[in-house]
Amino acid sequence: MAVKVMIPTPLRPYAGRQASVSVEAQTVGEALDALTGQFADLRRHLYADGGRLRSFVNVYLNQEDVRNLQKDQTPLRDGDTISIVPSIAGGRSC
Amino acid sequence: MPETIEKTKHAAPAAPVSLSKEEVLRYSRHLIMPEVGMEGQLKLKQAKVLLVGSGGLGAPLALYLAAAGVGRLGLVDFDRVDFTNLQRQVLFGTSDVGKPKLEAAKRRLQDLNPEIQIDAFETKLTSENALDLLRPYDIVVDGTDNFPTRYLVNDAAVLLGKPNVYGSIFRFEGQLSVFGLADGPCYRCLYPEPPPPGLVPSCAEGGVLGVLPGIVGSLQAMEVLKLILGNGDPMAGRLLLFDALEMTFRELRLRKNPDCPLCGSNRTIHQLIDYYEFCGVRGEEAPPPSVEVPQMGPRELAERLKRGENIFVLDVREPHEYQICNLGGILIPLGDLPRRVQEIDSAAPVVVHCRSGARSAQAVDFLRKAGFRRVWNLRGGILAWSDEVDSSVPKY
Repeated sequence: MAVKVMIPTPLRPYAGRQASVSVEAQTVGEALDALTGQFADLRRHLYADGGRLRSFVNVYLNQEDVRNLQKDQTPLRDGDTISIVPSIAGGRSC
Repeated sequence: MPETIEKTKHAAPAAPVSLSKEEVLRYSRHLIMPEVGMEGQLKLKQAKVLLVGSGGLGAPLALYLAAAGVGRLGLVDFDRVDFTNLQRQVLFGTSDVGKPKLEAAKRRLQDLNPEIQIDAFETKLTSENALDLLRPYDIVVDGTDNFPTRYLVNDAAVLLGKPNVYGSIFRFEGQLSVFGLADGPCYRCLYPEPPPPGLVPSCAEGGVLGVLPGIVGSLQAMEVLKLILGNGDPMAGRLLLFDALEMTFRELRLRKNPDCPLCGSNRTIHQLIDYYEFCGVRGEEAPPPSVEVPQMGPRELAERLKRGENIFVLDVREPHEYQICNLGGILIPLGDLPRRVQEIDSAAPVVVHCRSGARSAQAVDFLRKAGFRRVWNLRGGILAWSDEVDSSVPKY
């Protein structure tokens, strides 16, 4: 299935500065694997050491949080949109 | 309970509440709308709203809520106005620079609407004072810019059973929701844990388009008015994602997490905790834990360069920062360093700098591990150089 993955602003530097990336996949997990296969740096921002999705990063299939669906196993349909939504706070510089 | 700075003398109208002739004129554009009308305007007059943060989000929030006639507006902030605030914090003017934000805010808001009460709490919101500060108000608005305070606001609002109108911004992207309504999710349902400090976007990626907090703060103000008026669909159970560059508003569904430690059925959080510890931040604005590396002061570097020493000055900022100001160093952004390391003259002493010294410390650490022996971090970066060596170099 061809699906679109929306990349949030803070993670765009690790995804070739793109706002969205198209991938081919059957499940949400496969789509994220395809994405991080293309952009290796993205992986450590999305997953903790044990391979678990980081708790300040949420993944939505269309409008629904995949935690409320079948998580990684959630099947995809052609034209679906996956959104990666991390927590954000301010625009402060250091 | 912190002292309020000089509460406005409020001519509390005797019950039943009504509007004066002046107020009828002031709010006439509300009064002629059936969705507000006299009944709604009186609700606004009796409403008590606490704004946490008087920065980018707090500025439009305070202005619009004061203008709309919210009867009692509490503001919590401990900062002073500085020049970098003026690009987006429209509550303040150039003549306010250096003054406490709340002093300037109170003057501006009271001028905008002398009919309302402004409570100014010039303090940091802490686990010790949060419940007392929030308690008298009906609605809490989160206009904070950091994770510890965001979780504190959320937890205090949930513990007190108050709605929390949430907004957050980053560069050109914003989030909006309403948390803490009965049966609705809270911020912890959305994000159980904050990001570790090391993964919070670094200063190279910071910044915010000035209009963005104006838009997100105004959306928060709209949600506050809807909650007070009891009109429309509040954003509870929905997360709005705004992308200013693409000019898109997308909406995601939020659900209450049954396992939420704060608002779930088996909650484990019954009181406020240490939010700096929770967020892994030591001290107030501790940057990501910096590495211990050899340092050189700006004056020493200036003298050695003046003596004609062959020092390789490496600037690890981003190209757009180099354009603001530079020390004539060779620019290799921190992220490019691993693949461009051979461009550095390993025979010469290397002094690495960035804006404030945090990124360059990481670069020095990297170079030492890569085998460089004579490499120093410029202490305090360009900021210190401007203070100690050449004041014509602008700070940003």
